[in-house]
Amino acid sequence: MSIISRRKLIAGGVAATAGLAGLAVADRMARRYGLIPPDRGGCYGPGETLDYAAQRILTRHSQAREFPRSMISKSPFANAIEPYTDVFKRMQVDGFRDWRLAVDGMVARPGTFSVADLRSLAMRSQITEVVCEEGWSYIAEWIGTPLHELLREVGALPQARYVAYFSIESDTWDSIDMADAHHPQTLLTWGMNDGDLPAPFGGPLRMRVPRQLGYKSVKFINKLTVTDSMKNFGKGMGSIQPEYGYAWYAGI
Amino acid sequence: MVRVTHWLTVISFIALLISGGEIVISHPRFYWGETGNVNMRPLFTLHIPSSRGTVPTGYGYVMEDQNGWSRALHFEAAWLLVITALVYGIASLVTGHFRRNIFPARAQRTWRALRGVIGRYLHRAPADAAEAHSYNAVQRMAYAAVIFVLFPLVIWTGLALSPAFNSAFPWFVDVLGGRQSARTLHFFVSGFLVIFLIVHVTMVALGGFWSRMRAMITGRVVLPRALRQKGQV
Repeated sequence: MSIISRRKLIAGGVAATAGLAGLAVADRMARRYGLIPPDRGGCYGPGETLDYAAQRILTRHSQAREFPRSMISKSPFANAIEPYTDVFKRMQVDGFRDWRLAVDGMVARPGTFSVADLRSLAMRSQITEVVCEEGWSYIAEWIGTPLHELLREVGALPQARYVAYFSIESDTWDSIDMADAHHPQTLLTWGMNDGDLPAPFGGPLRMRVPRQLGYKSVKFINKLTVTDSMKNFGKGMGSIQPEYGYAWYAGI
Repeated sequence: MVRVTHWLTVISFIALLISGGEIVISHPRFYWGETGNVNMRPLFTLHIPSSRGTVPTGYGYVMEDQNGWSRALHFEAAWLLVITALVYGIASLVTGHFRRNIFPARAQRTWRALRGVIGRYLHRAPADAAEAHSYNAVQRMAYAAVIFVLFPLVIWTGLALSPAFNSAFPWFVDVLGGRQSARTLHFFVSGFLVIFLIVHVTMVALGGFWSRMRAMITGRVVLPRALRQKGQV
């Protein structure tokens, strides 16, 4: 074994400095272009950040795969949900006439919207796949109001960075960044396969984010908050999911 | 470089194997085509308990959900694997490692050479001196298959399970026959890698576990006394 030469030592020092400087620059660029997820902490933080940053660079404008009508699943799987509360059941009897979506936060015109209000605002339908993190999937036609149309209606402010959405189920909420919030396929969904959205599938109103896994498509949405930071929501990790160990960003 | 990337690959592969196994437990059913769920007929089912009550397994209990950390570890280890593979692949092209040690040499691309090596394995004959410094015909073919077929396939089928990645590159999953086909293939390719791992570790053990391990960690080869005395090096 030879002793480390002076040349090697200098070269190593230069390489280490360059590496650290590179990391610092990468970190600043990532923050500037919104490539750092809210749940970046912990030993899996680097992995989550790489997932999110890489996919944001690759997929900012990409469209989730859409399928022909013939591929709609004959036997979709609704997955398990909490038993309906009495309030929910009462509204169900009335055909959800009293269901309201409250919109607040960084918007010029906060307000509440019934499903009928959303229907009259704008409509889009698409045939996409629901992909569960467990491995199973199904294809359905989803009919709803694009979230970006609602954001325009309420006048979302330009400094907004996230849209948080809340379910009537307790402790069930999530958020998406503006790339997904303004994405044309992100739907406030009220219809499925030519009918109303059935309750087991999230009716009367479900957020559908087809470029991410099923758990981002929260059922029974009744509140939206537009914000520039997720710090003051729950434990500040952008979603209830990281509290159970799941990633905020679920594109993979 | 070969040794460092080898051990980084070992670390990431073990992490991927454990976390991947955990994730399978949440839905131990496999399908072919685009879609598949508990309301559809599976291609095959692993007869193990599940960590989800919605999966009919025949077992009367539900295992604990481990998917949160398993998914996080799976993707973090996948990054390590992909970055390691890039470093190894580029460096091997530059240094000629592929040409010298992985692609079977001309004399090794014959049935005779293969038969010779397999015959020696079956007779448990000691390796000749050349094998102390490079690989024989069977090793090269196995390593080439793992490096150029199995690992690229397992990364491909894994990426094809990402809905966001598929939105940018739909052909990535479409050519595999759909999402569920990609998942089933991911499972089988992982299985082949596990078979390779078992054979690989067994061969190391048969070749003298500690001397092989020392060689794979330090890069120094200590030849058996018999070979040294015959002066074959």
